[in-house]
Amino acid sequence: MTDLLKVEDLRVNFDIHRDGDMPWTPPRRLQAVSGVDFTLKQGETLGIVGESGCGKSTLARALIRLVPGEGRALWLGSENLLGLSRSRMMKYRSQIQMVFQDPLASLDPRMTVGQIIAEPLRTHRRDLSAPRVKARVKEMMERVGLLPNQINRYPHEFSGGQCQRIGIARALIVEPKLVICDEPVSALDVSIQAQVINLLMRLQQEMGLSLIFIAHDLSVVRHISNRVMVLYLGKVMEIATRDALFGKPLHPYTQALMSAVPIPDPKIERNKTTIQLEGDLPSPMAPPSGCVFRTRCPKAQALCADNPPVLERKADGEEDQKVACHFA
Amino acid sequence: MALLDIRNLSVDFDTNDGTVSAVSDVSLSVAPGATLAIVGESGSGKSQTAFAALGLLARNGRATGSVMFDGQEILNAPLSVLNRIRAAEIAMVFQDPMTSLNPYMRVSDQMAEVLTQHKGMSKRDAVAASVRMLDAVKIPDAKARVRLYPHEFSGGMRQRVMIAMSLLARPQLLIADEPTTALDVTVQAQIMHLFAELQQEFGMAVLLITHDLGVVAGFCEEVLVMYGGRIMEQAPTDPLFETPSHPYTRGLLKAIPRVDVATHALDTIPGSPPNMLHPPAGCPFEPRCRWAGEDCRAAVPPLDRFAPGRSRACIRKPEELT
Repeated sequence: MTDLLKVEDLRVNFDIHRDGDMPWTPPRRLQAVSGVDFTLKQGETLGIVGESGCGKSTLARALIRLVPGEGRALWLGSENLLGLSRSRMMKYRSQIQMVFQDPLASLDPRMTVGQIIAEPLRTHRRDLSAPRVKARVKEMMERVGLLPNQINRYPHEFSGGQCQRIGIARALIVEPKLVICDEPVSALDVSIQAQVINLLMRLQQEMGLSLIFIAHDLSVVRHISNRVMVLYLGKVMEIATRDALFGKPLHPYTQALMSAVPIPDPKIERNKTTIQLEGDLPSPMAPPSGCVFRTRCPKAQALCADNPPVLERKADGEEDQKVACHFA
Repeated sequence: MALLDIRNLSVDFDTNDGTVSAVSDVSLSVAPGATLAIVGESGSGKSQTAFAALGLLARNGRATGSVMFDGQEILNAPLSVLNRIRAAEIAMVFQDPMTSLNPYMRVSDQMAEVLTQHKGMSKRDAVAASVRMLDAVKIPDAKARVRLYPHEFSGGMRQRVMIAMSLLARPQLLIADEPTTALDVTVQAQIMHLFAELQQEFGMAVLLITHDLGVVAGFCEEVLVMYGGRIMEQAPTDPLFETPSHPYTRGLLKAIPRVDVATHALDTIPGSPPNMLHPPAGCPFEPRCRWAGEDCRAAVPPLDRFAPGRSRACIRKPEELT
């Protein structure tokens, strides 16, 4: 498989002015994403996990230039998405689409479902005639499990799960190569969540899509991903194939994260040991020196404060498993 | 004797579109020191059951039935009675700690209020007791942080403040409505661990309202599964997970991916939950049920006890559900 996207040293910084700052006070720098590298193959699903504030959404938004990022994001080995002008970027926008977390809030309440799903076509495929657009919208509605005769209804007439199907139809109608799903099922009820996950996986197969799947629910990520990246405070802690990461997590943070997920089986859940992390996520305005996880890490030592660990393969790790820890 | 005994509770809301029956004929009881979970999806009526019991329904809500607490009827009781019981005997922890704490009050003031109101303590003693309770829920440097405002705490710390506040008057029953849903998993693990510890220490009963079966598996002794405002199944935790007897419970357990084992395909429950403006005539789960037939539409199936401590509301026998 060829690399669809090769991301190198991706950084996203925000300059923050605080309340009460004088106009001439220099802004403070918040590093939301710092030095992230990964490659995404065609047809592959990369899961990105981490706690709120770890930079997982910002990372994805930087790829489609919703927030300014620095570094490189090579599309099919040629153009760097992060350096393109607005007009050159337009060409790639139809190839990278996004599905958002809140299904109802991400749909315009004054547009009909037909208009919502057709909008990307009207932007990116101006050559299509109106009847052709309508035919494609209806076909896409059917593919995501909506009834084509609901084309003139408004979003509020649909349930959360159906709204998410509309969001998926809108993303897929321009036949993108990459779909970024930002917590697409976390607002849905359990019984609906499974429907949407199965739909995404089926469409991915049928259309040969690559997915970047952002979620805080590790069980869902394990189910849907081929590879998984664990982020903490804007840095990659561990990246590996799904089976390696869930079978034998090496980074202490990955281990703690996984042990904290409740398992719906009372015998296992009551007897498992949870690695308790002390305290809270440090402020990204003042990240700890050295390893960013060291303030909460059970294995931290003096070395961790001095040297930031490099993301690298470990002796007892799997091939393709990279960990950023001195003691893993 | 049961500490909390709810009999045939129904909750209706009058809306512009008609009457919504959020809860229909729910009965449950919580023994002193017990842990009971109410599990269900949004709109299943799990929160409204608790709200009705405590007299916290929205203004357009009506509750009928009976709620006995410690031998006293509290459903639709006058405010003077409810105010003596709320916070002092039954405390509640809500889902979103930011919107349930008063943003204009220092933590010390809102916590102390519980004790000055209910126990007649002086402000000074109440603040001192608050600090001790913040210590008990493991808020570091409690003495200094009690002076802060809610926005100065992180989400997990805020939920700890809520829990500390709810425990101040040593209630006999704690109702926790999705207490960890807004939190990250690592923080969720901390909070559930804390709940278990505090429950041991204070010996209170806990009614946990949640949609997360994983949290239930680790914490509760008994589970009620609700759907469409009704109880579908009731069982001690272990048998519920081992041999779920209701089609809805079975569907739910098969629809969740697990972090500890690889799942190949997720079974789905087709369709979506019923619109409670127009609930199905018979079993609320009938439109989505694989085993449904004409007879399921005829009448609401009664909640039958079929084994010690286990009940189910389904006219199909458990062995028929294959």
